[in-house]
Amino acid sequence: MQEVIQQLVNGISLGSIYGLIALGYTMVYGIIRLINFAHGDIYMIGAFVGYFAIRNFNLSFLPALLVAMAVCAALGTAIERLAYRPLRNSTRIAALITAIGVSFLIQNAALLAWTPDPRSYPDVFPLRTYEIGGVFVDNRQITILSVAVALMVVLHYIVNFTQIGRAMRAVAIDADTARLMGIDVDRVISFTFALGSALAAAAGVLVGIYYNRIEPTMGAMPGLKAFVAAVLGGIGVIPGAMLGGLVMGVAEVAVVALTASTWKDAVAFAILIVILLVKPAGLLGRQVREKV
Amino acid sequence: MSKSRVLSIILAAVMVVTATLVVGAAETFKIGVVGPTTGPVATYGLSVIDAVVMAVEEVNAKGGILGQQVQLIIEDNKADATETSNAFRKLISRDQVHAIIGAVVTANSIVGGQIAQMMKVPMITPTSTAEKVTQAGDYVFRACLIDPVQGRIMANFAYNTLGLREVAVLTARTNDYSVGLEEVFVETFEGLGGKIVAKESYSEGDQDFRAQLTKIRAQNPEAVYVPGYYTEAGLIAKQMRQLGMNQPILGPDGFDSPKLFEIGGDAVYGSYFTNHYHPEAGDEVSQRFVDNYRAKYGKDPDGFAALGYDAAMILFNAIERAGEAALSRNISAARAAIRDAMAETKDLHVVTGVLTLDENRNPVKSAVILKVVEDGYEFVERVEP
Repeated sequence: MQEVIQQLVNGISLGSIYGLIALGYTMVYGIIRLINFAHGDIYMIGAFVGYFAIRNFNLSFLPALLVAMAVCAALGTAIERLAYRPLRNSTRIAALITAIGVSFLIQNAALLAWTPDPRSYPDVFPLRTYEIGGVFVDNRQITILSVAVALMVVLHYIVNFTQIGRAMRAVAIDADTARLMGIDVDRVISFTFALGSALAAAAGVLVGIYYNRIEPTMGAMPGLKAFVAAVLGGIGVIPGAMLGGLVMGVAEVAVVALTASTWKDAVAFAILIVILLVKPAGLLGRQVREKV
Repeated sequence: MSKSRVLSIILAAVMVVTATLVVGAAETFKIGVVGPTTGPVATYGLSVIDAVVMAVEEVNAKGGILGQQVQLIIEDNKADATETSNAFRKLISRDQVHAIIGAVVTANSIVGGQIAQMMKVPMITPTSTAEKVTQAGDYVFRACLIDPVQGRIMANFAYNTLGLREVAVLTARTNDYSVGLEEVFVETFEGLGGKIVAKESYSEGDQDFRAQLTKIRAQNPEAVYVPGYYTEAGLIAKQMRQLGMNQPILGPDGFDSPKLFEIGGDAVYGSYFTNHYHPEAGDEVSQRFVDNYRAKYGKDPDGFAALGYDAAMILFNAIERAGEAALSRNISAARAAIRDAMAETKDLHVVTGVLTLDENRNPVKSAVILKVVEDGYEFVERVEP
């Protein structure tokens, strides 16, 4: 029993990381129907910016987090402006391939600039471990889960209950009509990217602190798994990303606990295939008929 | 002085003069060294090359080998396969080297080994541990222990010295090095009568090991063998402690890095790992090397430097034993003679121990077991092959 609960804790803490990354993924997709494959790499950049902010400028946890979010928001807007906006009217596959290109560009630039050597994150967030009946939980796990849930709520609020959120939803439904209604579509899309990238940066810093190891390739695998989590929850649905992340995390841990750890990553992607076959819109997604 | 004595002195003098003339004509021994001096793993290459340079300077200061100076040609391969191939071809065809020391990284040594074998040039890699490297053919040698040896040594140490009976293993299943070590460790440990209570794995680059560790924790092993690199080992140690597991971690030479402490913090203290060398483990050969290296470069030599120096010693020793044949003006004949002599290397006293090359051109020599303590590695014991 104690082992089951411990594994559940492990799964939820892993899942909240996937959820945290998936939030930005799903929001960008929800608004402009672009799977931003560079999201995982922005997450990596966020982790590094936080690292340098703490290491070289002696910032404490919260200012470093804000700096990383700001830098990545700017980076996200710049990427959108340079790489995606010129392709706004081309096919979706062109934008998708560009996103993969941007991902490789960022990752390799980071490898060049920071070497593939892993770095250890400065210890700005003292670790406290709590033991409850043989089950170990620490304050970092709790922080990540609460930050992820809080960001989910904030994001949900922004998208559904603010002026800019209304504009975002309008652009999502029909960009041309939104423009006719006087919405500055480019500005709305820039804002979407800024918000999504800031979320990725927050995830990067938190994960950097949690695992205490960052490297330029750290974005690849979590990026993919967060993508699966987003699809699982219903891509474009904000609470779905969180739910998808948690389900993924718990599923992965369950695989290790019940069968062999060799199957861990295979399961993540098996889940993706099953979801696409059985419920393509995801757990919380609504089946929407594509306009023809 | 008798008449015959005078005659013999004159004769000897004549012989010395002729010998000098011959040597003067045959120029120098050209040795190529290939390793990364730039790029991501530059520190590995620089350590090896610094040590080889020192070895060459020392031997030249003593008058060279067989009275002939050694000329070193250094090539940077940036740890890249194509660059390695170019470097080997250049050294062999244009520079007409007698032998090559390198490459440093396993993947590069596999590429280089095939070329060296094809062109019939003796090559010795100082540091590539994968078994496959020397399987390229009879011209390819190495100076370090192969992977399975480390697994066997650690299993013996765990069972006999630490007295452990129940151990868990956690392997990087995407890494040949890790899988190879695990197999031998498990086989040896079970052969001794020990029990492997849990066998878990992860992928390289993973950051979260809590699920596997929770599963291992339920079996309550006395130690966990983690055949892998310092990056994962540091995280695994940390997460073990966070799950309330206080068992020691056992590991291979992949633990040898200051990053182990940066990533793992105090969680890695008390771990044991197998390595090729430790400055304190040595005898006078090793001590002289450490002293000279410190004097020349102002720092302690690491395992890579020790193995680089050993590779040079093995090669110089082979040339010396090849004798006359190595001095041949026919470079192919000289290379073949050096190869033949190198294959016979036996009981050679090098920095990392007393070394014999077996029929697969892999060294048989002792290893060391080190314990991770607060300020570095503590020498525990030397294990004979």
